[in-house]
Amino acid sequence: MARRKSLAVWKFASCDGCQLAVLDGVDELLALAGAVDIAYFLEASKAKVEGPYDLSLVEGSITTEHDARRIREVRGASERVVTIGACATAGGIQGLRNDADADDFARAVYPRPEELAYLPSSTAIGQHVLVDFEVRGCPVNPRQVREVVGAYLAGRHPQISAASVCTDCKRRGLPCVMVAHGTPCLGPVTQAGCGALCPACDRGCYGCYGPMEAPRTAALAAWWRELGVSEADIARAFRTFNADAPAFREEARRHGG
Amino acid sequence: MAGETRTIRTEALARVEGEGALHLKLKDGRAEEVRLAIYEAPRFFEGLLRGRRFDEAPDITARICGICPVAYQTSAMLAMEDAAGVEVPPALRDLRRLLYCGEWLQSHALHVVLLHAPDFFDLDDGFALAERHGDVVRRGLDIKRVGNAIMEVVGGRAVHPVNPRVGGFYRVPTRAELAPLRPQVEEARKAALATLAWTATLPIPELERHVAFLAVHDPDGYAIDRGTLHASTGAVFTAGEWDDHVVERQVPHSTALHATLDGASPYLTGPLARWALNGHQLPGWLQDAAAEAGLARPCRNPFASIQVRAAEMAWAADEALRLIDAYETPAAPVVDAQPRDAVGYGVSEAPRGALHHGYAVDGEGLITRARIVPPTSQNQAAIEADIRATAEANVALDDAALSWRCEQAIRNHDPCISCSAHFLNLTVERG
Repeated sequence: MARRKSLAVWKFASCDGCQLAVLDGVDELLALAGAVDIAYFLEASKAKVEGPYDLSLVEGSITTEHDARRIREVRGASERVVTIGACATAGGIQGLRNDADADDFARAVYPRPEELAYLPSSTAIGQHVLVDFEVRGCPVNPRQVREVVGAYLAGRHPQISAASVCTDCKRRGLPCVMVAHGTPCLGPVTQAGCGALCPACDRGCYGCYGPMEAPRTAALAAWWRELGVSEADIARAFRTFNADAPAFREEARRHGG
Repeated sequence: MAGETRTIRTEALARVEGEGALHLKLKDGRAEEVRLAIYEAPRFFEGLLRGRRFDEAPDITARICGICPVAYQTSAMLAMEDAAGVEVPPALRDLRRLLYCGEWLQSHALHVVLLHAPDFFDLDDGFALAERHGDVVRRGLDIKRVGNAIMEVVGGRAVHPVNPRVGGFYRVPTRAELAPLRPQVEEARKAALATLAWTATLPIPELERHVAFLAVHDPDGYAIDRGTLHASTGAVFTAGEWDDHVVERQVPHSTALHATLDGASPYLTGPLARWALNGHQLPGWLQDAAAEAGLARPCRNPFASIQVRAAEMAWAADEALRLIDAYETPAAPVVDAQPRDAVGYGVSEAPRGALHHGYAVDGEGLITRARIVPPTSQNQAAIEADIRATAEANVALDDAALSWRCEQAIRNHDPCISCSAHFLNLTVERG
C-alpha cells in the first residue's frame, strides 16, 4: 500500500481567514485527515510531525527577518509549496507599507516601535522561495483550495482559471454593473474565482483576487475616469489588498498612488 | 523544593488564532514571571488606514481578523456613521444584527468544538475528538455551517463579507432569499442547546478568578451590534468616552498592547463578562437550560467559558430566527453618509469581547487618525494572571503537563492573536 501523503499548513503575516477557509471545507478536511497525515496545522492542532512534507499550504506574507528565514526552512522541508491568499501571493493589505515609511506606520500604533522587529516591506512568498502554485483571493475560495490540494495529492496539475471576473459574471448571467449602472468595477482586470460576489451584490469588484493574466489596467482606468472617478480614487482602488502585485502597483503609480 | 527554579517555554501555542508563546518562571512554587509573548508579525493597520477614504475602513479593517470580520466591519461602520452624523434605520440595523449572529455562530462553534473541547479530553485536536465523539463534532460543524450560510446570504461571503457598507448594505436580500435559512437556523438552535447540555458532562477544572468585567450593553436586548459600555466596577460610558476609561500600554514582550480599565488591571471582556453583565436579558428558557447544565451566573471560572459560548450559540440562533421572521425588505439598502471633518467612534461585541474603533476624518473624507482596540489585547493581562494562578495551583505537575495545563488556561479565552497584534509560545522557567 502506498504511503499516506503529508500536508502542512503554515502561517505568516495574515488574518487567519484563508486557514479558516481551509477549515471551512472541514467535512472534506475530516475525510482528508483519513486520507492524508495533517502533519502540521497549528491553528487546528497540537500534533506536530517533523517534515519532510508532501504538500505545504502557506498563508501570509513575509514581514520580519525571522519569517524570511522560516519560509526557506518550510520550502526545504516541502515537496510542493502552494501559497493561499492575497498576503502570500501579493503581500496583502500590509503591503501598503512598501510605498510608505514603515517606521511611520509603526509609530501610529506603538509608542516604542524600536522594540519591534519588522522589515520595511511586506512581500509575497514567491519573492523569497520557489512556489509551485498560487491560490488567489482575500480570502481564498475553499473550493479552489480543495481543487489544488486534491490535484497535488493525485499528482496532476490544478485546474484554476486565470481569466477575469467578467467571465464569472457572464457565467452567472449578472448584468454588467459598469455598463448598466455606471458603477466603477475592477472585474475586467481581476482574476476570476470568487464567483463574482461583489457584482452579485450590486457592487463593483474591489480586486481582492489580484490581477488576471495580462490585465489591461490602463484601459480600465481610462473608463473609470470617464465615469468621474478621481485620480486619487483610481490609485487607491489598485492599492488595496493586492497593492504589491506588479500590474496593480504600476497602474496605481500612474495615478499618483 | 526550596530554591528550585523551573523555566517552562512553549514556543508556539496550538489551536489559537495567530502566533504566540508563553514564558513562565517558577521559584519555590511561586510564579515569578509570566509573559504571554505575542510574536504575531505586526501589520500596522492604524498606520495604513491614514489617507484612505472613510468608506474603505470596513473592508480594510475586516482583514485584521478572518474569524470575526463582521465585528471589525460593524465597529468601523458605526464609527464612520458617527463621524458623518447619520444613523441607520432599524430595518437595516436588524439586518446587520442578523449578519453578526451568523458570525457569532461560526466563531463560537469553531472554538467550542475544534479548538476548546479537545482540551477536556486531553486530545490534540478536533480531528482526534471526531474519532471518539463524532456526533459532538459533527453537531458543532453543522452549527458553524449555518453561521456561514447566514453570512453568505446576508453578507455575500463567509470570510470578509462584501455586502456591508457605511450607511447599510450594497444590496438587501428579499424575504424569499432569507426563507431557506429558517429551517437550518432552527436546527442550529437545537444543536446548540444539545451542545450546552453536553458541556455539563465535561470535566471542567475548578478555577475562580476575580477580575473586573467589561461588556457592551443594550437596553433593548443582549448586546452585539451596538450599545454603551458597562463595567462590573459600575462605570458606564459611550464609545466616544472610551479613551477616558481604557488605557493601552506597550509591553516589551508583545506586539499586542496591554489595556487597563479605569486603572484596573486585569479586566476581562468576552463571554464571561457578557454573561455576568447582560445574562439577565437572555430568554428564560435559555437561562433555565444553562442552569441545568451547571452554569452559574456570574461565572468566574474561565474553563467554563465553553458553557457560556454554547449558551450564546443557542441565543444567536434564536435571535436570528426572530430577525428572519420579522424581516421586511427595507425600502432602501443604504442611507447617505457624507464625509465631513469630524471624529467618530464605534463599539460592538465581537465573539471575543468589546471591540472599539475611533477615527478622525478630514473634510475630503480621508482618514487622518485611526485607533482600534481588539478584545484580546484587553484580555492579555487577565490571561497572564490566569496562567500565574494555574501554574501555582499545579506546581506538582512535570514541565510538559504544566505547560499543557497553562496552554489550556490561555485557550479558555479564545485569544485571537491576529487581532491583537497588536499575541502567543509557552516557556516555563522553574527556580
